[in-house]
Amino acid sequence: MATAVVEDDALWAAVADPTRRRVLDALLEHGQATTTTLAEGLPVTRQAVAKHLAVLNRVGLVAGRRRGREVRYAVRPERLDDAAEAMARVAAQWDKRLARIKRLAESVQAEARIDPQQRRRTQ
Amino acid sequence: MAADSVERAILIEASPEVVWGVITEPEQISRWFSDEAEVEARASADGTLTWKPGGRGGEKQFDSIVPIRVVEAEPFRQFSFRWNHPEGAGPDENNSALVEFSLIEEANGTRLRVVESGIDAVTHDEESKARYLEDHEHGWEKHLGELLDYLASKSRGATR
Repeated sequence: MATAVVEDDALWAAVADPTRRRVLDALLEHGQATTTTLAEGLPVTRQAVAKHLAVLNRVGLVAGRRRGREVRYAVRPERLDDAAEAMARVAAQWDKRLARIKRLAESVQAEARIDPQQRRRTQ
Repeated sequence: MAADSVERAILIEASPEVVWGVITEPEQISRWFSDEAEVEARASADGTLTWKPGGRGGEKQFDSIVPIRVVEAEPFRQFSFRWNHPEGAGPDENNSALVEFSLIEEANGTRLRVVESGIDAVTHDEESKARYLEDHEHGWEKHLGELLDYLASKSRGATR
Protein backbone atom coordinates (compact mmCIF):
# COMPACT_ATOMS: atom_id res chain seq x y z
CA MET A 1 0.00 0.00 0.00
CA ALA A 2 2.81 2.41 0.94
CA THR A 3 4.43 1.75 -2.42
CA ALA A 4 1.16 2.46 -4.18
CA VAL A 5 0.92 5.83 -2.41
CA VAL A 6 4.44 6.81 -3.44
CA GLU A 7 3.70 5.74 -6.98
CA ASP A 8 0.53 7.80 -7.09
CA ASP A 9 2.32 10.88 -5.74
CA ALA A 10 4.78 10.61 -8.58
CA LEU A 11 1.88 10.14 -10.98
CA TRP A 12 0.21 13.32 -9.73
CA ALA A 13 3.44 15.27 -10.02
CA ALA A 14 3.95 13.93 -13.54
CA VAL A 15 0.55 15.06 -14.84
CA ALA A 16 0.49 18.35 -12.87
CA ASP A 17 2.99 19.94 -15.27
CA PRO A 18 1.26 21.64 -18.25
CA THR A 19 4.07 20.91 -20.70
CA ARG A 20 3.98 17.23 -19.81
CA ARG A 21 0.25 17.23 -20.42
CA ARG A 22 0.95 18.68 -23.86
CA VAL A 23 3.53 15.97 -24.46
CA LEU A 24 0.90 13.39 -23.44
CA ASP A 25 -1.69 15.02 -25.69
CA ALA A 26 0.72 14.98 -28.63
CA LEU A 27 1.60 11.34 -28.00
CA LEU A 28 -2.07 10.39 -27.79
CA GLU A 29 -2.65 12.19 -31.07
CA HIS A 30 0.25 10.54 -32.90
CA GLY A 31 -0.11 7.12 -31.31
CA GLN A 32 3.67 6.95 -31.03
CA ALA A 33 6.46 9.42 -31.65
CA THR A 34 10.15 10.09 -31.15
CA THR A 35 11.60 12.88 -29.04
CA THR A 36 12.50 14.76 -32.22
CA THR A 37 9.04 14.60 -33.80
CA LEU A 38 7.43 15.65 -30.51
CA ALA A 39 9.78 18.63 -30.15
CA GLU A 40 8.84 19.78 -33.66
CA GLY A 41 5.22 20.20 -32.64
CA LEU A 42 5.85 21.82 -29.25
CA PRO A 43 7.33 25.20 -28.26
CA VAL A 44 10.12 23.53 -26.26
CA THR A 45 13.55 22.14 -27.06
CA ARG A 46 14.29 18.52 -27.85
CA GLN A 47 16.22 18.31 -24.56
CA ALA A 48 13.18 19.55 -22.61
CA VAL A 49 10.94 17.00 -24.33
CA ALA A 50 13.47 14.27 -23.49
CA LYS A 51 13.36 15.29 -19.81
CA HIS A 52 9.56 15.30 -19.74
CA LEU A 53 9.47 11.91 -21.43
CA ALA A 54 11.89 10.57 -18.82
CA VAL A 55 9.55 11.72 -16.00
CA LEU A 56 6.52 10.23 -17.76
CA ASN A 57 8.42 7.03 -18.40
CA ARG A 58 9.48 6.74 -14.74
CA VAL A 59 5.86 6.82 -13.51
CA GLY A 60 4.79 4.44 -16.25
CA LEU A 61 2.60 6.87 -18.20
CA VAL A 62 4.62 6.32 -21.37
CA ALA A 63 6.82 3.53 -22.60
CA GLY A 64 9.69 3.75 -25.06
CA ARG A 65 10.65 1.14 -27.65
CA ARG A 66 14.00 1.26 -29.40
CA ARG A 67 13.99 0.89 -33.16
CA GLY A 68 17.45 1.07 -34.62
CA ARG A 69 18.90 4.40 -33.56
CA GLU A 70 15.68 6.00 -32.36
CA VAL A 71 13.29 5.42 -29.47
CA ARG A 72 9.57 5.57 -30.18
CA TYR A 73 7.35 6.54 -27.26
CA ALA A 74 3.70 5.70 -26.71
CA VAL A 75 1.17 6.38 -23.94
CA ARG A 76 0.26 3.54 -21.62
CA PRO A 77 -3.48 4.20 -21.31
CA GLU A 78 -3.96 2.01 -18.23
CA ARG A 79 -1.77 4.39 -16.19
CA LEU A 80 -3.56 7.42 -17.55
CA ASP A 81 -6.80 5.83 -16.42
CA ASP A 82 -5.42 5.47 -12.86
CA ALA A 83 -4.91 9.24 -12.71
CA ALA A 84 -8.30 9.87 -14.29
CA GLU A 85 -9.96 7.46 -11.88
CA ALA A 86 -8.66 9.21 -8.76
CA MET A 87 -9.89 12.58 -10.04
CA ALA A 88 -13.19 11.07 -11.09
CA ARG A 89 -13.76 9.81 -7.55
CA VAL A 90 -13.26 13.31 -6.13
CA ALA A 91 -15.65 14.67 -8.76
CA ALA A 92 -18.21 12.00 -7.89
CA GLN A 93 -18.02 12.89 -4.21
CA TRP A 94 -18.82 16.50 -5.07
CA ASP A 95 -21.71 15.37 -7.26
CA LYS A 96 -23.16 13.52 -4.29
CA ARG A 97 -22.61 16.47 -1.94
CA LEU A 98 -24.14 18.91 -4.43
CA ALA A 99 -27.17 16.64 -4.85
CA ARG A 100 -27.64 16.61 -1.05
CA ILE A 101 -27.24 20.42 -0.90
CA LYS A 102 -29.89 20.73 -3.62
CA ARG A 103 -32.35 18.51 -1.72
CA LEU A 104 -31.78 20.38 1.55
CA ALA A 105 -32.01 23.87 0.03
CA GLU A 106 -35.11 23.03 -2.00
CA SER A 107 -36.89 21.61 1.04
CA VAL A 108 -35.97 24.68 3.11
CA GLN A 109 -37.22 26.88 0.26
CA ALA A 110 -40.46 24.89 -0.07
CA GLU A 111 -41.15 25.25 3.66
CA ALA A 112 -40.55 28.98 3.45
CA ARG A 113 -43.12 29.18 0.63
CA ILE A 114 -45.76 27.09 2.42
CA ASP A 115 -45.48 28.82 5.80
CA PRO A 116 -47.03 32.19 4.87
CA GLN A 117 -49.98 30.40 3.21
CA GLN A 118 -50.59 28.27 6.29
CA ARG A 119 -50.45 31.35 8.41
CA ARG A 120 -53.04 33.01 6.20
CA ARG A 121 -55.31 29.95 6.40
CA THR A 122 -55.20 29.81 10.21
CA GLN A 123 -55.90 33.51 10.53
CA MET B 1 -8.23 24.10 -15.10
CA ALA B 2 -5.33 22.57 -13.19
CA ALA B 3 -4.72 18.84 -13.54
CA ASP B 4 -5.54 18.25 -9.91
CA SER B 5 -8.78 20.19 -9.73
CA VAL B 6 -12.39 19.26 -10.28
CA GLU B 7 -15.28 21.55 -11.08
CA ARG B 8 -18.94 20.65 -10.67
CA ALA B 9 -22.14 22.68 -10.78
CA ILE B 10 -25.83 22.18 -10.07
CA LEU B 11 -29.01 24.26 -10.48
CA ILE B 12 -30.98 24.53 -7.25
CA GLU B 13 -34.57 25.76 -7.08
CA ALA B 14 -33.95 27.94 -4.05
CA SER B 15 -32.73 31.48 -3.44
CA PRO B 16 -29.01 32.22 -2.95
CA GLU B 17 -29.85 33.09 0.69
CA VAL B 18 -31.23 29.60 1.31
CA VAL B 19 -28.35 27.88 -0.51
CA TRP B 20 -25.86 30.01 1.44
CA GLY B 21 -27.40 28.79 4.70
CA VAL B 22 -27.13 25.15 3.63
CA ILE B 23 -23.46 25.39 2.64
CA THR B 24 -22.26 27.50 5.60
CA GLU B 25 -24.34 26.64 8.70
CA PRO B 26 -22.81 23.85 10.81
CA GLU B 27 -26.15 22.11 11.45
CA GLN B 28 -26.76 22.04 7.67
CA ILE B 29 -23.18 21.05 6.79
CA SER B 30 -23.64 17.95 8.93
CA ARG B 31 -26.53 16.96 6.64
CA TRP B 32 -24.57 16.95 3.40
CA PHE B 33 -20.84 16.83 4.15
CA SER B 34 -19.28 15.63 7.42
CA ASP B 35 -21.19 14.05 10.30
CA GLU B 36 -20.35 16.98 12.57
CA ALA B 37 -19.10 20.46 11.72
CA GLU B 38 -17.66 23.37 13.63
CA VAL B 39 -17.38 26.16 11.12
CA GLU B 40 -18.05 29.87 11.05
CA ALA B 41 -18.62 31.67 7.74
CA ARG B 42 -15.98 34.33 8.35
CA ALA B 43 -12.63 34.79 6.58
CA SER B 44 -9.69 33.17 8.46
CA ALA B 45 -12.00 31.26 10.84
CA ASP B 46 -10.59 27.85 11.79
CA GLY B 47 -12.92 24.93 12.29
CA THR B 48 -13.21 21.16 12.05
CA LEU B 49 -15.19 18.61 10.10
CA THR B 50 -15.71 15.27 11.81
CA TRP B 51 -16.62 11.94 10.26
CA LYS B 52 -17.93 9.36 12.76
CA PRO B 53 -17.72 5.57 12.64
CA GLY B 54 -20.82 4.36 10.83
CA GLY B 55 -21.43 7.80 9.36
CA ARG B 56 -20.62 9.12 5.89
CA GLY B 57 -16.96 8.25 6.39
CA GLY B 58 -17.79 4.60 5.96
CA GLU B 59 -16.24 1.82 7.99
CA LYS B 60 -14.00 3.87 10.24
CA GLN B 61 -12.98 2.70 13.71
CA PHE B 62 -12.41 6.19 15.13
CA ASP B 63 -13.57 9.73 14.57
CA SER B 64 -11.80 11.32 11.65
CA ILE B 65 -11.32 15.02 12.39
CA VAL B 66 -10.30 17.23 9.50
CA PRO B 67 -9.14 20.85 9.93
CA ILE B 68 -10.78 23.52 7.81
CA ARG B 69 -9.99 27.23 7.44
CA VAL B 70 -12.36 29.67 5.78
CA VAL B 71 -10.61 31.72 3.10
CA GLU B 72 -13.43 33.89 1.83
CA ALA B 73 -17.01 34.37 2.96
CA GLU B 74 -19.03 36.85 0.94
CA PRO B 75 -22.65 36.21 1.92
CA PHE B 76 -24.87 34.71 -0.81
CA ARG B 77 -22.04 34.85 -3.39
CA GLN B 78 -18.73 33.21 -2.48
CA PHE B 79 -17.61 30.75 0.15
CA SER B 80 -14.18 29.15 0.06
CA PHE B 81 -12.09 27.15 2.48
CA ARG B 82 -8.89 25.15 2.71
CA TRP B 83 -9.02 21.71 4.28
CA ASN B 84 -7.03 18.59 4.97
CA HIS B 85 -3.92 20.46 6.15
CA PRO B 86 -1.95 18.77 8.96
CA GLU B 87 -3.40 19.39 12.40
CA GLY B 88 -1.81 22.41 14.09
CA ALA B 89 -0.28 23.70 10.84
CA GLY B 90 -1.58 26.69 8.95
CA PRO B 91 -3.02 25.73 5.57
CA ASP B 92 -1.17 26.72 2.41
CA GLU B 93 -1.20 25.61 -1.18
CA ASN B 94 1.29 22.81 -0.54
CA ASN B 95 -0.48 21.07 2.32
CA SER B 96 -4.18 21.56 1.73
CA ALA B 97 -6.89 21.51 -0.89
CA LEU B 98 -8.95 24.59 -1.73
CA VAL B 99 -12.72 24.35 -2.11
CA GLU B 100 -14.47 27.33 -3.71
CA PHE B 101 -18.24 27.65 -3.86
CA SER B 102 -19.85 30.33 -5.98
CA LEU B 103 -23.56 31.12 -6.00
CA ILE B 104 -25.13 32.71 -9.05
CA GLU B 105 -28.75 33.80 -8.94
CA GLU B 106 -30.80 32.64 -11.91
CA ALA B 107 -34.43 33.15 -12.93
CA ASN B 108 -35.67 30.03 -11.17
CA GLY B 109 -33.08 29.54 -8.49
CA THR B 110 -29.36 29.46 -7.85
CA ARG B 111 -26.54 27.92 -9.79
CA LEU B 112 -24.07 26.48 -7.30
CA ARG B 113 -20.61 25.84 -8.64
CA VAL B 114 -17.81 24.13 -6.73
CA VAL B 115 -14.13 23.90 -7.65
CA GLU B 116 -11.75 21.82 -5.58
CA SER B 117 -8.07 22.30 -6.40
CA GLY B 118 -4.77 21.21 -4.93
CA ILE B 119 -5.99 17.66 -4.50
CA ASP B 120 -2.51 16.25 -5.01
CA ALA B 121 -1.30 18.33 -2.04
CA VAL B 122 -3.51 16.36 0.33
CA THR B 123 -3.13 12.89 -1.07
CA HIS B 124 0.37 12.37 0.30
CA ASP B 125 -0.38 10.43 3.46
CA GLU B 126 -2.33 7.25 3.41
CA GLU B 127 -5.19 8.37 5.61
CA SER B 128 -6.08 11.48 3.67
CA LYS B 129 -5.61 9.63 0.42
CA ALA B 130 -8.01 6.96 1.62
CA ARG B 131 -10.49 9.64 2.59
CA TYR B 132 -10.30 11.09 -0.89
CA LEU B 133 -10.36 7.88 -2.77
CA GLU B 134 -12.59 5.82 -0.52
CA ASP B 135 -15.96 5.68 -2.10
CA HIS B 136 -18.42 3.17 -0.80
CA GLU B 137 -21.08 3.99 -3.29
CA HIS B 138 -20.78 2.83 -6.86
CA GLY B 139 -21.45 4.73 -10.00
CA TRP B 140 -18.59 7.20 -9.80
CA GLU B 141 -17.37 6.25 -13.22
CA LYS B 142 -20.40 7.98 -14.72
CA HIS B 143 -19.22 11.32 -13.37
CA LEU B 144 -15.88 12.03 -14.99
CA GLY B 145 -14.76 15.60 -14.75
CA GLU B 146 -14.36 17.45 -18.02
CA LEU B 147 -10.61 17.20 -18.26
CA LEU B 148 -10.55 13.55 -17.31
CA ASP B 149 -13.37 12.72 -19.63
CA TYR B 150 -11.22 14.20 -22.33
CA LEU B 151 -8.10 12.34 -21.24
CA ALA B 152 -9.95 9.06 -20.90
CA SER B 153 -11.59 9.32 -24.31
CA LYS B 154 -8.24 10.12 -25.89
CA SER B 155 -6.55 7.24 -24.13
CA ARG B 156 -9.30 4.87 -25.24
CA GLY B 157 -8.72 6.15 -28.75
CA ALA B 158 -5.02 5.42 -28.41
CA THR B 159 -5.69 1.83 -27.34
CA ARG B 160 -7.49 1.00 -30.55
